[in-house]
Amino acid sequence: MSAPADVLVVGASAAGLSTAEALRRKGFQGGLTVLGAEPHLPYDRPPLSKQVLSGAWEPDRAFLRRSAELSALNAEFVLHDPAVGLDAEARTVHTASGGVLRAEAIVVATGLRPRTFAGQDGLAGVHVLRTLDDALALRAELMTSSRVVVVGDGVLGTEIAATARTMGLAVTLAGPQPAPLESQFGPLVAGQLAELHTGQGVDLRLGAAVTGLAERNGRVTGVELATGEVLPADVVVVAFGAVPATDWLAGSGLKVDNGVVCDSWCRAADGVYAVGDVARWYHSGFHTLLRLENRTNATEQAGHVAATILGESRPYTPVPFFWTDQFDVKIQVHGVLSADAEVTVVDGDMAQGRFVARYRRNGATVGVLGWRMPKQTRVRRQEVVDAFTS
Amino acid sequence: MKVTVDQDKCCAAGTCVLIAPEVFDQREDDGVVILLDTAPAGNLHAAVRECAAVCPAGAIHVGEDA
Ligand SMILES: Cc1cc2nc3c(=O)[nH]c(=O)nc-3n(C[C@H](O)[C@H](O)[C@H](O)COP(=O)(O)OP(=O)(O)OC[C@H]3O[C@@H](n4cnc5c(N)ncnc54)[C@H](O)[C@@H]3O)c2cc1C
Ligand code: SF4
Repeated sequence: MSAPADVLVVGASAAGLSTAEALRRKGFQGGLTVLGAEPHLPYDRPPLSKQVLSGAWEPDRAFLRRSAELSALNAEFVLHDPAVGLDAEARTVHTASGGVLRAEAIVVATGLRPRTFAGQDGLAGVHVLRTLDDALALRAELMTSSRVVVVGDGVLGTEIAATARTMGLAVTLAGPQPAPLESQFGPLVAGQLAELHTGQGVDLRLGAAVTGLAERNGRVTGVELATGEVLPADVVVVAFGAVPATDWLAGSGLKVDNGVVCDSWCRAADGVYAVGDVARWYHSGFHTLLRLENRTNATEQAGHVAATILGESRPYTPVPFFWTDQFDVKIQVHGVLSADAEVTVVDGDMAQGRFVARYRRNGATVGVLGWRMPKQTRVRRQEVVDAFTS
Repeated sequence: MKVTVDQDKCCAAGTCVLIAPEVFDQREDDGVVILLDTAPAGNLHAAVRECAAVCPAGAIHVGEDA
């Protein structure tokens, strides 16, 4: 297969930018267009719930590249103009402003859109956190509020709770699991995470489903639980997951099912690929369709897709990785954890607040989790690699 | 090639160390990047450029001049 004459990347964030960069790094000299819905040049999302929300960083620091670096890419960035339709066969994308873009190869990199409560839009005091503008709006409101309820006991919810707490607010975290992230981390490590939050003064109201929002005169006043209790709030952050941004692909001819469904090479159709949070591809090492929502995957998968576009043929079989920072704790996870895995501390000591935990199922190491021991955790990544390549 | 790292930005993912252990390491206590070689030899240039491109925090910069 020879390289296409031109490539259009839809989505101008981590995965989209990385695809464009990897194409150039690998020698692609054809036309390159990056189409983005947001008005901003590519910026990074992980700092949004951490340094940008807390104010430790000016928003500028979250931008992924300096403008000189972007110019050197020799790509056309078409921003603030979302794609509204794709014809996969004709490899044509229509944009909201009426533009029509055609290319021999199209890469879908449109990420996720936060889930929300029905009727949440238009209610003052309720926030989601996905974009830079979301982060700045939430920060502004936290600065003038005293009580926040975070709905969502996953990675994003716990990070936001931690950051809001360090900003001095009274913070309540609500969600259905017995402890934060328990369905991934299992009871032992999730218990330690619960203790971390409680110790820092976060009020954990877990184990009860959140059923809705309470309001008065168009402004949120609290969060309603299935138990009938209402948690009072000046500000509510809804962080109970996000869905792939695939609405614009209706009628495209692509298969969409919890993401853009792709083969082992991240190909959705002839000449059409998907990367990053939006891509659900067949991981031939794990023998299953997989969709990852993490930062390093966005870049790694982008590099892989760029190689595939240029004619290399290798299935994409990464060892998943993510990190999260909460208070002074950095957690790193290599592999895939699960609540029913057998967990052993293999380095450090939980009581000392520094450890590496190994997760095993049926005798194989499926993942390692580090708690304030990033380097020592990385060293153990090989065990996960060995387990799924042997 | 002149390499610099921004330790404030580094999120301790360790991706760079997996790709170019000759040039990057991580601090024992917090995993933040340590630059072992500010002017790596020619055979490492491709790997170092790859590190700069894939670092999830954009914490690695490569200057081509020196
Ligand atoms: C607050 C926050 C904190 C995070 N923290 C961590 C962390 O600590 N560790 C970690 O590993 N991961 C973290 N993540 C996840 C990580 O940021 C994502 O995995 C990564 O951003 C995925 O990149 P992406 O390019 O696939 O998608 P996105 O970053 O979502 O980018 C998609 C882009 O496409 C654009 N778009 C959407 N629809 C259209 C359209 N129709 N036309 C054109 N453009 C469109 C969007 O506006 C967006 O700019 C965090 C995410 C968030 C939101
Ligand atoms: S890849 Fe980047 S973030 Fe990760 S350790 Fe290296 S410098 Fe730090």
